[in-house]
Amino acid sequence: MAHTGSLSGWGRTAPSTARIVTPRTAAEVAAVVTAAGPRGIIARGLGRSYGDPAQNAGGTVLDMTGLAAPPAIDADTGVAVVDGGVSLDTLMRAALPLGWWVPVLPGTRQVTVGGAFGADVHGKNHHTKGSFGNHVLAMDVVTADGSIRTLTPDGPEAELFWTTVGGMGLTGVIVRATVQLQRTESAYFVVDTDRTRDLDELLELLTDGSDDTYDYSAAWFDTTTTGAKLGRAVLTRGSLATLDQLSPTQRRDPLKFDAPQLLTFPDVFPNGLANPATLRAFSELWYHTKPRRDRGAIQNITAFYQVLDLFGDWNRVYGSRGFLQYQFLVPFGEEATLRRIAERIAASRHSSGLNVLKRFGAGNQAPLSFPQPGWTVTVDFPIASGLHRFCDELDELVLYAGGRLYLAKESRTTGANFRRGYPRFDEWRKVRDATDPEGVFVSDMARRLGLTS
Amino acid sequence: MGNPQSVLLLGGTSEIGLAVVEAFANDRPMRVVLAGRPSARLDEAKVRVEKLGCAVETVDFDARALDTHADVIRKAFAGGDVDVAIVAFGLLGDAEKAWTEVDAAVELATVNYTAAVAVGVGLGERMREQGHGAIVAMSSVAGERPRRSNFVYGSTKAGLDAFYTGLTEALRPDGVGVTVVRPGFVHSRMTEGHTPAPFSTTPEAVAAVVVDAVRNRQEQVWAPKPLRAVMSVLRHLPRPVFRRLPG
Ligand SMILES: Cc1cc2nc3c(=O)[nH]c(=O)nc-3n(C[C@H](O)[C@H](O)[C@H](O)COP(=O)(O)OP(=O)(O)OC[C@H]3O[C@@H](n4cnc5c(N)ncnc54)[C@H](O)[C@@H]3O)c2cc1C
Repeated sequence: MAHTGSLSGWGRTAPSTARIVTPRTAAEVAAVVTAAGPRGIIARGLGRSYGDPAQNAGGTVLDMTGLAAPPAIDADTGVAVVDGGVSLDTLMRAALPLGWWVPVLPGTRQVTVGGAFGADVHGKNHHTKGSFGNHVLAMDVVTADGSIRTLTPDGPEAELFWTTVGGMGLTGVIVRATVQLQRTESAYFVVDTDRTRDLDELLELLTDGSDDTYDYSAAWFDTTTTGAKLGRAVLTRGSLATLDQLSPTQRRDPLKFDAPQLLTFPDVFPNGLANPATLRAFSELWYHTKPRRDRGAIQNITAFYQVLDLFGDWNRVYGSRGFLQYQFLVPFGEEATLRRIAERIAASRHSSGLNVLKRFGAGNQAPLSFPQPGWTVTVDFPIASGLHRFCDELDELVLYAGGRLYLAKESRTTGANFRRGYPRFDEWRKVRDATDPEGVFVSDMARRLGLTS
Repeated sequence: MGNPQSVLLLGGTSEIGLAVVEAFANDRPMRVVLAGRPSARLDEAKVRVEKLGCAVETVDFDARALDTHADVIRKAFAGGDVDVAIVAFGLLGDAEKAWTEVDAAVELATVNYTAAVAVGVGLGERMREQGHGAIVAMSSVAGERPRRSNFVYGSTKAGLDAFYTGLTEALRPDGVGVTVVRPGFVHSRMTEGHTPAPFSTTPEAVAAVVVDAVRNRQEQVWAPKPLRAVMSVLRHLPRPVFRRLPG
């Protein structure tokens, strides 16, 4: 049940070696946790975090995908009881036929319930539905002493519940969660598309009040062109379709969902394929294939929002050197910082083809939960020399503006920069240390950023 | 991202070693441990690296004192994981004394070979425990084919080279990388007064090769890179021809 293996994050940088154990029951999890050696232990879901939070050099890593019994869903109430290793894809497919929808889905459904909770993930509907932790009614967590505790958002151990939300696996192992699903009449979205000339026009559209009339909203924007076209964008917004919005054919089977995997990329791509020239060409193409303005299109979730889920292992396209995803947020009022960052990227030697901008709503009470009212931006850089320095400069702009970085995407910052963005870190740390005084839970990320001692 | 957050330099005043540290630090300030004999030069090295924004700590290390090495390694890792350890200490010595005077010969062999093996064992152990990391060992083209002019030095580097090449294989399953670097003639304090050989290079140029090699997890590199081909030819020359080459 245990073997030694090399693990890395989705960005494929900084692999490290650990003893990997795949438990099948909560009791097995507890046994492995209590037997953890001096280099500690960390849970790993589907490894969709970009950096190093789900790996533990020289220690133990729990591959949680072995703990994945089929979800139990109450068809009347939409309350789902799910194992920590179940993917949101599996949960969605189980819930849909019953008329229920997973209230928060990140840009890929290939994440586990444990990983969704550990990073407190958000989707395109953050401004209306908040993050994943907001929809969890209870969870069973194996803590450092090997006990299994049931935590609820406002029960006696609420503090530990909210420390575990966004706690990146450092408080314990989530073996089961009770999630409140959301009613839906269909598996389709009604989607409006707007293409904007530049960043200003985009920000205007996102703040003129129209955004609140859509449940889901996010924009792709261009950082490969400088000058007047800088930040030109494609904004897509939509809501789950009701029966009357569907075509007669769709109405016959409104909850039908099929997302074939078109192809899986082999591990043969050379480094440097994703370079400034190809990324600029991609951006140009993407922008011009989108309509200037389109209203009421009916799309399924893959087309609307998880396009990359059509491809398996698409991260291989970046070659063996991997890539770096940089996601930050700046509070409302810091639009000038947003613009400066876009300008910096466009003027730099580092290009990014996939840039996403989203308006966040209110955050929850978890000290390390990423979302806060403001703008979040995600950019993808192929690894190149000087990128480190460049990201350090971006950090400075973000943090100076009172913003922060997202741990699920993080792979390179310093502990000091991380903490600057999370003023409630000490509060989190106190609760964490109290449940795990010996520091049993630790990851490469925790060591790198000094999250635990 | 292949950018270390902590570097240990064994041979804390080595010019090539310091150039490598600086090359890494140029991308991002790091935690640096300089292990060397306490001296004004070591203090200067500390200041030099601190100027790049690094947090620098020094550890007393004398390559001759073999029985202290385990302790040196322990201290060097006391501040946390080490991402990259550079084995850069070494003596050039007086080439003639080195084969005629036993003390000189033994000193060269001890510092360049035995001590390198001793710290290699310690580094291997620590890096296996931490499950990640890279070791850089400074070998030399002089170890590839012994020459009349400096064969004792060459023999110590040949030994070091073989040891770290083997260590590369031994540590691979644990995810620890080893890079054996074979520079040619490097202009530095150590070679001052010696006639440069063809393809001579500088500490900075060697450092650039090393940083690339660590990032790309290369296991064996020459500096400058063309030396690889040159040495491959030289290794196969018949002795009578090789003997007559200048240098
Ligand atoms: C293409 C793509 C798009 C993405 N889009 C978004 C997005 O839109 N919004 C967003 O928020 N995120 C997004 N992400 C990030 C992703 O949602 C998070 O990194 C998520 O945590 C990954 O889940 P995982 O199961 O793969 O967990 P892993 O990456 O394996 O682990 C993530 C963290 O959760 C912890 N963890 C995992 N399982 C458990 C458990 N059972 N108990 C305790 N801790 C656990 C780990 O220790 C680790 O710290 C995206 C990622 C990709 C690859």
